Parts: sequence; C-alpha cells; structure tokens
Amino acid sequence: MRDPAVLGLDPTPAAMGSPLVAEGTAALVAAAPALAAAVPDAAPARRRSGPHEVWHRFSRHRLALVSVVVLAMLVLGVLLGPLLWPIAIDDIDFSAMLQGPSAAHPFGTDDLGQDILARMISGGRISLAVGVSAMLVATVVGLTVGSLAGMSRGALGPVLMWVTDLFLALPQLPLLLLLIYLFRDTLKRIFGVEGGVFVMIVLVIGGLGWMPVARLVRAQFLSLREKEFVEAARSQGATTFHLVLHHILPNALGPVIVAGTIEVSSAIIAESTLSFLGLGFPPDIPTWGRILFDAKDHLDVAPHWALFPGAAIFLTVLSINFIGDGLRDALDARRVV
Amino acid sequence: MGAYLLRRLLVAVPSLLGISLILFTILALAPGDPFGDMASNPNIPPEVRLALRAKFGLDDPVLFRYWHWLVAMVRGDWGFSFQSRTDVARLILDRVPTTLFVVGSSQVLALLIAVPVGIAAAVRPYSLLDKLANTLAFAGFSLPTFFTGILFILVFSINLHWLPFVYDADIQATGLAWYWEHVRQAIMPVCVLGFFQAASYTRYVRSAVLDVARLDYVTTARAKGLAEGTVTRRHIARNGLIPVVTLVALQMPAVFGGAIVTEQIFRVPGIGALLINAMLANDTPVVMAVTFVFACLVVLFNLIADLLYGWLDPRISFG
Amino acid sequence: MPTAVSAPVSAAVSTPLLEVENLTTAFRRDGAWREVVHGVSFTVGARETVALVGESGSGKSVSALAVMRLHPRQASRVGGRVLFEGRDLLALPEPAMRGLRGDAIAMVFQEPMTSLNPVLTIGFQIAEGLMLHRGLGREAAEAEAVRLLDRVRIPAARSRLHDHPHRFSGGMRQRVVIAMALACRPKLLIADEPTTALDVTVQAQILDLLKELQDQEGMAVLFITHDMGVVAEIADRTVVMRHGRAVEAGDTAEIFRGAHHPYTRALLSSVPKLGSMAGETRPLRFPIVSATTGAVDVPPGLPDTVTPGQRPVLEVSGLTTRFDIRGGLLGKVRGCVHAVEGVSFTLGAGETLALVGESGCGKSTTGRSVLRLIEPAAGSVLLDGEDVLTLGPAALRERRKRMQMIFQDPFASLDPRMSVGAAIAEPILLNRLGTRAEARARTADLLQRVGLTPDMASRFPHEFSGGQRQRICIARALAVRPRLIVADESVSALDVSVKAQVVNLMLELQAEFGLAFLFISHDMAVVERVSHRVAVMYLGEIVEMGPRAAVFGDPQHPYTRRLLAAVPVPDPARRGARHKVSADEIRNPIRALDYVPPVRQYREVSPGHVVQAWGEEWEPKGTSAAA
Repeated sequence: MRDPAVLGLDPTPAAMGSPLVAEGTAALVAAAPALAAAVPDAAPARRRSGPHEVWHRFSRHRLALVSVVVLAMLVLGVLLGPLLWPIAIDDIDFSAMLQGPSAAHPFGTDDLGQDILARMISGGRISLAVGVSAMLVATVVGLTVGSLAGMSRGALGPVLMWVTDLFLALPQLPLLLLLIYLFRDTLKRIFGVEGGVFVMIVLVIGGLGWMPVARLVRAQFLSLREKEFVEAARSQGATTFHLVLHHILPNALGPVIVAGTIEVSSAIIAESTLSFLGLGFPPDIPTWGRILFDAKDHLDVAPHWALFPGAAIFLTVLSINFIGDGLRDALDARRVV
Repeated sequence: MGAYLLRRLLVAVPSLLGISLILFTILALAPGDPFGDMASNPNIPPEVRLALRAKFGLDDPVLFRYWHWLVAMVRGDWGFSFQSRTDVARLILDRVPTTLFVVGSSQVLALLIAVPVGIAAAVRPYSLLDKLANTLAFAGFSLPTFFTGILFILVFSINLHWLPFVYDADIQATGLAWYWEHVRQAIMPVCVLGFFQAASYTRYVRSAVLDVARLDYVTTARAKGLAEGTVTRRHIARNGLIPVVTLVALQMPAVFGGAIVTEQIFRVPGIGALLINAMLANDTPVVMAVTFVFACLVVLFNLIADLLYGWLDPRISFG
Repeated sequence: MPTAVSAPVSAAVSTPLLEVENLTTAFRRDGAWREVVHGVSFTVGARETVALVGESGSGKSVSALAVMRLHPRQASRVGGRVLFEGRDLLALPEPAMRGLRGDAIAMVFQEPMTSLNPVLTIGFQIAEGLMLHRGLGREAAEAEAVRLLDRVRIPAARSRLHDHPHRFSGGMRQRVVIAMALACRPKLLIADEPTTALDVTVQAQILDLLKELQDQEGMAVLFITHDMGVVAEIADRTVVMRHGRAVEAGDTAEIFRGAHHPYTRALLSSVPKLGSMAGETRPLRFPIVSATTGAVDVPPGLPDTVTPGQRPVLEVSGLTTRFDIRGGLLGKVRGCVHAVEGVSFTLGAGETLALVGESGCGKSTTGRSVLRLIEPAAGSVLLDGEDVLTLGPAALRERRKRMQMIFQDPFASLDPRMSVGAAIAEPILLNRLGTRAEARARTADLLQRVGLTPDMASRFPHEFSGGQRQRICIARALAVRPRLIVADESVSALDVSVKAQVVNLMLELQAEFGLAFLFISHDMAVVERVSHRVAVMYLGEIVEMGPRAAVFGDPQHPYTRRLLAAVPVPDPARRGARHKVSADEIRNPIRALDYVPPVRQYREVSPGHVVQAWGEEWEPKGTSAAA
C-alpha cells in the first residue's frame, strides 16, 4: 500500500532519478573531478539559482510536466464539475440501470440508474481532500518526530526511532481496518456521518503514514547537524533553535516536500482500499474506492462502472508519483546534503 | 554470528510486545463495551458472553487486563468465534497456509521479475530498457491491487474464460488435475500481488545496484580484465542486493495489506478474507487475533531479513 | 604471454612500451559533449617510471583511465592513439583489451578503503585475475596469492588469505591492492594517486614497496599524482598537465632544476619544501609565480607578531576527550577511544602553534574540544584567563565570538542555501555586534580584506572555487573580531598554488590583527612554513613540543623523527636521502574501561622544547633515523 521507494525510505536514494532527466551518471562521476575545477581556483560559471533553477530542472522531466497538466485537469474537474454537470449523485432512475456510456450519461449508470460521472465528481473531491489532509497530518507528525530524534543527543532519539520502527512494522491495513471498525460509531456521533468518517479516515491514514517522513527528516538532520557549516554557525554562537530554523531545516526541506507529495498518493490509495473493502465511506458518499466496491459484483454486465473510477484512481496516483519524481530531480532531493 | 542472532532476537521481542501493547490500547480505548452488541446478537449464548467478560477481566485495572490478554494470546487461547462457532485459533491456523502460499508465491514472482530487470536496467542506465522498466514500474505501483484484480477478472475470467475468479480451497479432483486446478486458481491472485511488489522492488534493485556500479572496486574488477558479465554477477549484483533484503522486509506490512485485498477480490479463503468477514460480522475475537497474527508474521519476516543480511554481509558479525 | 621481459633501459627509450599520441577525452553532460583532455602525448619506456602530475582538473586521472579504456563507453569519447607494444589499444576489440587489462597492464587506485570488494575475501580477489589470465585453478591461484601477499609484506599472509577487506587498515589494504595488480606480472603499472589517501609514514612505506617491486619485476610505472614531493621521490621522467594539456615533459631532475613553462615554475614555487626554513625564525609567505608570465613575486618578510611576556590567549592543561565504544548484547560501554589524553599547551596573541600528527592522533579532536564543539572529559581551557569548560550555554555562546574555527572542506563549511553576504553577516547579527546596515558594511569590508570584491556578497557558495570559499570562511571567522582561530586542516584540501595564496593571506591577517592560530595539519612542510611553535601528537598525546626551528632542526622523540623522515622532499637531487621507514602500523587509541593512562614525564631539551619520555616500544627494532 505504501511504497518506501517513493517515500524516500530508500537507503540508497541517489539512483532513483528518472532516466529522462539525468544524463549518464557514470559520466558525471567520471568527469566530476575534471569539470569541478577545469581552471584551478577560477570561479565556476555563474549558475541560475533559486526557483528558476528548480523550474528549469523540473521542466526537463517530461512525464512530470504531463502529470502536472493531467492532475490540474482532474482537480479542476472535481472542483468545477458540479457546475458543468449538475446531475444529483443520488438521482435514481430505474429506467436507466447499468447503462454503458452514452450522451446522457458519459460514464454510464450504476444498478440504481445513478449517473456515474456525477458520483465520481463528488467522490473525487473527497478522495483528493483525504489525500491532502492525511498528507498534512503525516508530514506534521513526521517532521516533529524526525527533527526531535535528529537533534537529540540523549535517549530521546533512539526511543523515538524505536517507536517509528515499531509503527513501520505494524500491519497497516489490518490496523486501519481495526481502528475504523472500533471507532466508527463514536466519531459519527461527534462529527456527523460524513464528517465523522472523514476525520477518522484522515487521522488514521495520516497517523499510520508519518514514519517514512520521520525517518527521512531524522536522517537529514543527523547528516546536516554534523556538517561543517552547521558547526561553523554553532561556533559563532548560534543557539540550537537558530541552527535548526536557519541552517538545518531549509536544507532538509527538499526531500520532505517530495515525501509529502508521494504521501498524498499513498493516502489516496489507502482511502480507496478501505472504501473498496466496504469499511471506508458509507454507500451514500461515493468515493472512487466505494464506487469500485459497489461495481465489483456487476463486472460481467457493467464493466464501465468499475473501469472509470479505477482509471481515475490510477491516473491521479500515477501523476502525483511522477510529479514527486520530477520534484526529486528539481529539488535535488535524492542527495542527502 | 551467534551474538548477532541473539541481539536480533532481543530486538524482536520488544517489537512484538510494543505491537501487542498498541493493539491492546486500541481495544481498551474503543468506545463502550466491545462486547456490548453481543447482547443483542442471538447467536451468542449469554453464558459465553459472561465467560468472555470474565476472561477479558473488563473490570480489572488496565495493566492487569493487558497482562491477561497477552498471556492468553501467547498461549494460543484466542477465544471463540461467534460467527462460525469454532475456536479462533483453529479457524486461523486452518487458513494461515493459504495466505502464506499466496503471499510466498507472489514474493517469489516479484523477485524473479525485479532482480533481473533491476540489474539489467542499472548496468545500462538511461538505455531504452531502463527507461521502459522505470515507466512500467511507475505504472505498476500506481495501480492499486484492487483495480488490477478487477482488470484481471474482467480480461481473463469474464472475457477470455481462461481462469476461475473464485478460489476454491476444496477442489474435487485427484492427482495431476488437483494440482492443475490449484495452479489455475492461484495464478491471478499471485500475479496481482506479485506484479505490484515487482514494480517497487525493481526500483530498489536498480537504485541499489546503480550505487554499487560506480564504486571503485567495480572499476578495479574491470581493470583486472574480467568480462562485463562476471563483473556484474560477482562484484555488482551480490553487493547491490544486500540492502534490498532490508527493503523487502520493510515492505512486509504492505505485502500483507495487499494480501487482504487480493483475498477479498478473489475470495481466497486466507486470514485476510477472514479478517474482513469478521469485521463485517462484528466478530471481535477473530478481528483481534487475526491482526495479532499479521503483526507476528511481519516481525517474523523482519527477523528473517535481519539474519539474511547478517549472513550476506561479512562486516555485520563484527559490528 | 611471456613474463618479465628484461630489456635494457637504453633500448627502452628508443622503443617505448607505451606511446600516447594526441589523446583526447570528452564526456557527455546534459546532452552536450565536453572535452576535458585535449591532445595529450607522452611515452613510457620499459622499466621506466613516468609521473603524470597536475592539480585537480588537469585531466591526469582521466587520461590514465582512458589508456585502460575504463571510461563508460556510452558517455565518453576517447580520441588519438594509445600504442602499447606497438598495438593501438583504442582500436582493439573489447575482448582483446580485456585480455590485456590486469595481465600486461594493471592499475592501482587512490582509495584503498573502497577499491576492494567488501563481501569477497582478499585471497579470492587476488586469485581472480590469476584464474582468469593464467588459467590457474582456485587452489593454485590462492597459493600464488599467499606468495604475493608475502611480497607486499602482509604479516602472516597465509592466515589472512580468507579475511575480508574490513579487517585490514588503509595501508594494508593498499598493499593488497598492489598485490592484486602485480598478480600477473604486468609490464605496465598505472598507479592513480596510490598514496594520496594514506598517512605520510604509510605513504613512505608504500612508495618504498612500489620502488622495490618495480626493480624486481622490471615493470614500467605510470604514476599519477598531485604531489611534487612524491614526483621527486620516484619519477624518472615527469609530464606536467594543466587544463587537459601536457604543458611540459622531461627528465624529473631537469624539470625541478629549471622548468621552462611558467606554470611548472609557479607550481614548483608554491610547493612547500621541508627543510627550506632552516635559519629562518619567523613564518614566511610563499613566493608567488605567475602561471602565465613566470614573473616571480617574493613577498617581504612579515613583522614579528609575538610579544613575549604577555599572558597567553589560550592556556590548555590536562585536556582529555574520550568517546565511548558500545558493543555487546545490550550496547554497554565496552571501551573508550582515548582521543585526547592529558594535552597541555599555551598559545599567545599573534602566535601560531601547529598541532601535527597522522590521522587518528587526536589533533582535530583537540581543536574541537578547545571550542567545546566536542565536550572534553577533563582538563581546563583558559581563554584570556577564563575557563571555557565550566561556562553555561549562554556564556559559552558569548565567549565563542573570541575563538573561531576554519574547517578543512571549504565546500561543506558554507550553507549552500545562504548567500555569501548573509553567511558572513550571520555571526555579527547573532552576537548583536551591529545593525543590519553595519553588518552589510562590515561584510563588504571583510570580503575586500580577504581578496574578494564586495559585489560577491549576493552570490551563493556554489558559484565560487575552493580557494575563494576558503577565503569566505576566513572572512566569516574574522567577522566577530576573534582573538583565536582554530584552523583545522584549513588548507589541506586546496591545490598547491591556491594553498600558497591562502597561507599567505592567513599570515598577513595574523600580522594585521594579532591573531593567535591553532594550526592543525598533517602536512609537515606547510607547518614548517607557517608556525612559530609546533606540537607533535601521537595517540592522543603531545609527544614533543617546542619552537619550530628546534622541533624541525633537532627532533628528539622517535615518532617526530619518523614523521619527518617520511615526508617526501620535492627535490630529486636529494632522492634516497630519505631514510627507510619502519613498517610499523599506527596503533589505535582504543583502551579498555579500566585503563589508567600512564603518568607522562617531559624533559626540556632546550628553552621551550619539551619531549615526552618514551618507553621500550620506541626503541629501534627496524630502522628510523634523524633526517
């Protein structure tokens, strides 16, 4: 469900780039000593820096660029869709049951004659909202745990990492299911049906997704805090807080951004999985996974019913993953500074 | 090596305790009486409910309850399933082999794909093969297993009628036919899970091997006049695959997650499907026990990976 | 394939073993081809040693790899001709080339720590080439490997055959790598900076070994190095490279005596020569020779910066720093690294005290302990009479502005995401020494003072060269007007010509601001140039300390003598004057928990020159003599 490679858990992240962007790494390695200072002690040519450079490198990852367009269209579609396609999601029409795609129903209808396009627009908002919110939860928790563990020189660091590893070893899907199974009713009472399930799913997915971020942040901190520029600042009288805020965090942020991006896609998959197993959102909230769950018993007569939401999940996740890959190149995030 | 083995075991035990504590905490924090709705369940005799209440010692102090629960779990005394009216332990043990068979075969399949493809991509980085493998890998782990499963059923069962889409644990056949039926029905679940894992493993293998491929000792090996194939096999692959062991172990929770989904889609009678059914039927003892078994399996595979790592890397035993 | 060709040296000159003609090498980067070696030609005769020397980026290593055709084929282009025994290697089909590699031509790389495969035994790695080229069986090959290990003087070779590389020290690994290269008795050995990563005494051992093996085997050596001392020590002929071109080639002695090309002259003049300071009392700047015109600029002597009789800026006594070693089942403390053990010294304003020693001797840890970047276990560090070790965090931060540090790696010591101006202004703002506007003005001032221009303040570190970055680090250290600067290998990573300029800058700043330098270095020749006093460290302790002239001119402790004897002298005329260095390994400072450090006795040889009394372990069993 979660892919450590994409999340940056990989102990050897250096080689994870897209082939379309980086040129022969072996050549770079071989040529590095030669190119680094072709003129001894003459300054290297002035390079673009800052946002320009980041965009320049990102834009060379063609699949990432395409993905930005695809994702933008998906997001715009679910946000503006209801304006353009104002059919109610619970508009039952028994005369048009299990119909394939047509002009009236571009994505066809389900077993109650409900319009699948309308349901997917509505469900997509929830799927994307869950993805982004769960990412925020995971990133905040991961950043906190990771930076505490990374700066601690006492017992706190090892203890936090033990907890992190413990959470990593948890069977996540069973646990997700268990939590939802046990707490569903309480939260429904507090936040209402829709809100309750939403809050719970976000908290549970985010709460089980922070570990890769924490490990990544800790690794960055451990490496950065021993760097000579950090030591230099320390020897100039900087407080630990100043070091973290001005020297360590800014240099550690690239990989965290990448991990956060990928976290969105794993959260979307996690939510769809729960809904697909019938334990996520209830039937009246048609997230993409839920639509698939409803469709899976009618595959023989209405394959379109499953194909459209499945393709939507695939496209969303794929484009987010490619964007993450592009960001990895652009932010040079595979290099632990 | 002995000390290393012991050390890894000592690390595994607290992990299991930690996981059990988390499970128990979730159970203890769960609102109300987890056995409350059993009162209205006609399937449960009142005396069973009382016995359960007593066994879980719902009125005892929390630590006490944890201890009793843990002892019961360790002793295999996992309670009684309301739904199927059998011992939970019996129920789970019957189904574990099926899950292990599906998961095991899919892992073998995943590694059989990922190792050669990953190595081939890494020794010729940025070649056509590498680009193709990378793009396919991206597509592979962006496809959720439940969607791949549905696609497989659509194509191979519904359209082509090649494979059955319901897994049958009691095949009424003998001899070769029995084996053939088993293989036929296992193909789709194993492939769905295997392809998904293969996608991420390919990227691990590629990146790990690529890191090794530019090290000095590889150039040294070339300078000895070894052929490219020998260099790859003897000097690159062996070293590159060591970190992959850890990464595969880290994937175990995800693998079991995927197993739940595939078992559900193909109705494979494993413990994953048992978990979902128990949840839908509010069968709490089964839910708790299956989750615990999954946790044990993950810890077990991590331990195996650690030992494998120690065996593969000569530097470990002195670390 | 015939082994050991015994051709007379004179004949070798007429028909060279290796002829490189108009070699070019280009790499593809970002889709564009960039040539880094532009038409280099040189020859290597049989049994001859040719040094390919140059600074970083000169293309020397690239050329060597091109001869072996070890550059990745897709991303590199090699042009010209490389004739080996008359055959053009560049035109050879790959299988034929493979047959030569490791057999007729072998190679030794720079990093002994990474050039052995960690998961294979050293025996197998040596035997591998023999099985391939000689068709030996595993057993015969390993028997031969034992013989080779004996030849490179690995003690107890037979019992170590099945050990993995991690059980060997750096020097021992380099011996294994050499054994591997010699396995098939190559006619040509290409050694790419084989001693650069090693300590100076180990370097001396390896150079001796290479020389000896070359004589016995009758092979030719192409030696790639940046170190003129090493060149003078071993090379018959020398090819000087710069910017991918060979600027000068000739007999080594002649090049050192009277180089023609201005660059060679500039290079040679910036090489510190051990012993060149005899008769001088104060530190001396390097003469700077223009690399284009050859004009020599000998800087005038500096004023005396040391005022005797004043209270020292820094008084260190009994400084001890230890690191725990954990191990076993529960990660208990098993032992301690006694990194610094009872170190005492003083340092006055305007004075430079050099801490010298080899890797692991505790010199860097001493520097960091003084600044409390590492917490020492015991001792006292008085800065202007106040003990730094007992200060609370806030007071320590306040005092730190009086002591600053310059690090070894100028690339790592600047925050890549902070402009150079912001980096220099940071300490001013942190210590509230001025407003933002004042900090900006002072930054401009400092940039100018270290030889850069104020408009560079808005640029980022990656836009500067190594030498410029080190200047920026110096400016940053000066921003808080410190009294003491700890310079930890600050010029070690720089190319020789840049090194000379940065050393000159440091000496000028010392004269201008009366700075006290704690100059930590492994480079004896640079130390001789810059320091007033020298302290030699070994296994965490100071074994000898005194005025520079006394320590270098009249070394007392056996370790000091050994260290000085090992330094290669960049003067071919004095080749062989260097004495054999014993094959002792540097011991490690790991001790058991109950270890009680012995009480050391020091003896004063001459005013200010003290030597630790040494025990039997230093009594000569091999060879070691005064320089």
